[in-house]
Amino acid sequence: MIKKIGNLNKNKIISRRLFVLVAAKIGLIGIVTSRLYNLQISQKQKYEVLSDKNRIREWKTPPQRGIITDYFNNVIADNQRVYQVHLSLEEVSNFNNSIFKLKNIISLKEDEIKKIYEKKEKSKPWDTLIISENLSWKEFSKLNLYLHELDGAKPVLSTSRYYPYSNDLVHVVGYVGDATAQEIQNKKKIQENFVPGLKVGKIGIENSKDTDLIGNHGTKRYEVNASGKKISEISYNKETQGQNLRTTIDLEIQQLAQELLKNQAGSICVMDIFTGEVITMASSPTYDPNKFTHGISNKDWNEIKNNKLRPLLNKSLAGLYSPGSTIKPLVALAALEYGIIDTKFKVNCKGHDHPYELYGERYHCWKKNGHGWMSMRNAIKQSCDIYFYEVARLLGVDKLSLIAKRYGLGSKVLEDFFSEEKKGIVPSTKWKKQVLDQSWYLGETVITGIGQGYIQTTPLQLCLMTAQLANGGYKIKPNLIYDKEINLDAIKSKIESEKNKSVSQNILKDHEFKYYERLYRNPNNLKFVLDAMYGSTNEQFGTSFRSRHKEDKYKFAGKTGTSQVKRITDQDRELDLELEEIEYKSRDHALFIAFAPYDKPRYSLSVLIEHGGSGSKAAAPLANKLIKKILDRHGLREKIRKDLKNIA
Amino acid sequence: MILSTSLNSTSYSFIDKLKAIDYFLIIIVAIIGSISVFSIYSTESGNFSFYTKNHLTRFLVFFSMFLVISFVRVSFWYRQAYIFYILGILLLLLVIFFGISASGSKRWINLFIMNLQPSELMKIAIIVCFARYYHRIQSSDIQSYKYLLQPIILLLIPCYLVITQPDLGTAILIAGSGLAIIWLAGLNLKYFIYSGLILLVSLPFVISILKPYQKSRILTFFNPDRDPLGAGYQIIQSKIAIGSGGLLGKGFLQGTQSYLEFLPEKHTDFIFTLFSEEFGFVGSMLLILLYALLIYRIIRIGFFSRSFFAKLYCYGFASALFLYIFVNIAMVVGLLPIVGAPLPIMSYGGSSMLSIMLGLSIVMSCKIYSRDPIGN
Repeated sequence: MIKKIGNLNKNKIISRRLFVLVAAKIGLIGIVTSRLYNLQISQKQKYEVLSDKNRIREWKTPPQRGIITDYFNNVIADNQRVYQVHLSLEEVSNFNNSIFKLKNIISLKEDEIKKIYEKKEKSKPWDTLIISENLSWKEFSKLNLYLHELDGAKPVLSTSRYYPYSNDLVHVVGYVGDATAQEIQNKKKIQENFVPGLKVGKIGIENSKDTDLIGNHGTKRYEVNASGKKISEISYNKETQGQNLRTTIDLEIQQLAQELLKNQAGSICVMDIFTGEVITMASSPTYDPNKFTHGISNKDWNEIKNNKLRPLLNKSLAGLYSPGSTIKPLVALAALEYGIIDTKFKVNCKGHDHPYELYGERYHCWKKNGHGWMSMRNAIKQSCDIYFYEVARLLGVDKLSLIAKRYGLGSKVLEDFFSEEKKGIVPSTKWKKQVLDQSWYLGETVITGIGQGYIQTTPLQLCLMTAQLANGGYKIKPNLIYDKEINLDAIKSKIESEKNKSVSQNILKDHEFKYYERLYRNPNNLKFVLDAMYGSTNEQFGTSFRSRHKEDKYKFAGKTGTSQVKRITDQDRELDLELEEIEYKSRDHALFIAFAPYDKPRYSLSVLIEHGGSGSKAAAPLANKLIKKILDRHGLREKIRKDLKNIA
Repeated sequence: MILSTSLNSTSYSFIDKLKAIDYFLIIIVAIIGSISVFSIYSTESGNFSFYTKNHLTRFLVFFSMFLVISFVRVSFWYRQAYIFYILGILLLLLVIFFGISASGSKRWINLFIMNLQPSELMKIAIIVCFARYYHRIQSSDIQSYKYLLQPIILLLIPCYLVITQPDLGTAILIAGSGLAIIWLAGLNLKYFIYSGLILLVSLPFVISILKPYQKSRILTFFNPDRDPLGAGYQIIQSKIAIGSGGLLGKGFLQGTQSYLEFLPEKHTDFIFTLFSEEFGFVGSMLLILLYALLIYRIIRIGFFSRSFFAKLYCYGFASALFLYIFVNIAMVVGLLPIVGAPLPIMSYGGSSMLSIMLGLSIVMSCKIYSRDPIGN
């Protein structure tokens, strides 16, 4: 009986204890449930993202660069099919081994192998390494033959930059190369679209317009497993090609200009005097931009770098030269505008025996026997130095500087488009005080009058100056990339309205001019100067008379210039050596500026031959050939202009 | 003697036995078993290959065994309880000398048809043993030191042997199962509180004798991001898998975490993770519900049993089963450190399946022979 009671008691205890246990279990189930709820319902999105991050990996695909064409749609920077070999790192079992095998098949050089190892250090384990960017067809087919032995190696058909007119446009278009760490860091567009092997612009348009040209990279999303192996492609956001660019360059004229400059150091610039379109910007010597695309070899680089004629220097806008006598029309214009003298003002040029004298310093004319009594027109036409010494003296350097700047000297023509473009120097008393901390001497004014001394200009500035004289004295906007905002008819009507605008005396003071505003006070002054330039080319005794066109439609006006690179001593004058007898580096630079056609000006040009001797002998004859070509192509260019306008 | 003959003479016709079977429990086990086969099938990305075949075979064999052994009289288990326990200890000792090592621990004996993990059998043996032990003790005697010390020694021996394998997870489960019965038998609450306090005080010492990997698991538990690619990897990936499953899951065979091999140990300890990733919160709750029903059925059988042995065994087994399930799920959802505890029936592994099925057949035996008074 006791036992029975004990059993009942025991039964009760067990049941009670079980009850406690079950209650605890229910509590624990509650905890697990709330945890699951928390993970799967509350934090679902967070874990979904993490899960996708786990399983999805992105690969960037390189964009194709935009195509660059000339004004006539001739491709001047293209994308060309190239054969490459890539190495997919995650598929390579033994990297050293693979490189060794590849080396034997596609003949990699030691320094190339070193670069590959450097690149590998920086790569992620699932990256693809570009082993060679540009294989020959022979190497490529050999690679395909041995492919089964090369784990991870992939023959790839890709595209790369190609410049079909190699040397002719390098100073305009520039070239591309691998992005440096600095470029990736500093340029947002490059950073955003960086893909191993991406080429970026280094100089020229390729550099200036890189942001437009690069395009946008694509993204391939793959599902990968825990060890990173690609399982399937999930999505492919295709890369987009960079913007295509139409330049204002006329390929044929550019090529002719380069041809004319062959074997010489120099520059030829051609510009539309209304639209400001740079039609040609040739610089010589040139080099092949294609060599830079896949990294230039040391040998080629040294060859370019050590060339005495400095091919790397873009002489059109980074070469600085004294303008010489090409400045004379501007000096005359300044003197007329300020009313210092009139066109009838005369100076007697008496030859080397009786030079111009100022405070005991003697200044010679280039002509040994002198020009005799010179009026302004004759002085420009025959480029009499004595006349301009006197005009400059009367005018003063500050007024000359003001007008020179107004017509385009002393500032960058293409603004910041080319990083290497130089401003040049247009000296003034203020400038000298500021920069050299010295007072101005009158003697310096005198030589500035013939474009010597401190004054420094680029050939492109001279071309712009000529354009702004030839268009009747209106400020234009130089441009190298076709811009549909720049409309010839609109410009012409704007100029027409400016013509009749009454001008205040303020026009002779320093102030900012807007585009297409008139720069002159009296139109007759300009007309006079342009007519004198006509005389210089088309009348006997004119300095460029021998380079004239007899046919009316090709008739142009110009001004020669010979810029000294060193001071001419009395001994030099005595010797009067022929060009060939002077050491190359001491020979004068030959310059020529011109506009055409004379009766209805449309184009301006500047020619510079470094150490070419006199402007009339070395530079002006080139203008003759160029102008014929330019005017022959005028109709075609206008047709394209009309078509482009209609599209817009 | 007379008493015992009358006990054994309690006779059941075959029809009685069939009627007495808890079919509901069998159905639940069959359902969970089927789910487990499909889950293992999913771990192999939907290929009917090695693991799935093995698991299916084991399930079918052990499930059949469960049904057959259910007809063994419960008094047999009562009588052989200590033998079962001793056998378990012997097998554990055998592991020390002839055991097979895998990933740093020595847990298995090669039985040619399968590798047996004696610690899994010990999980059942300890329950049977304690059920018998407390079956006979009067409730008034339970609090005495004699009856307190004996079961503690019985419990410490297998726990020590299992910890040294080393297999902390199973040792905890064995200890937990044993303690559950001691609790059910009615040991005063204060002893539990005291031992709890002692454990807490000795925790620094316990941690100091832990193996480095065990320590790192515990540290990782508190901060999985400590070493996301090393010690924390499993739990981070498991949480990602479960969390990304959402309400309804990614769908059968669609679990990217397991399919893409981010999930480690997906056949064994992390099978719940895979299931939860593919079937979401709803699927997980249904599976937990099935387990709850299973436990409920087992408790119910204990409730209707007449003998203390049967009651203690059923309640003890139900508690142990709950413990296994809770520890496993809590582990994979990051509520407990990763200790290595399989999910009953679901996880791939012969010994675990064997011990669960054996445990269930004793439960069923309690049901069929519920009128057996045993030993009183």
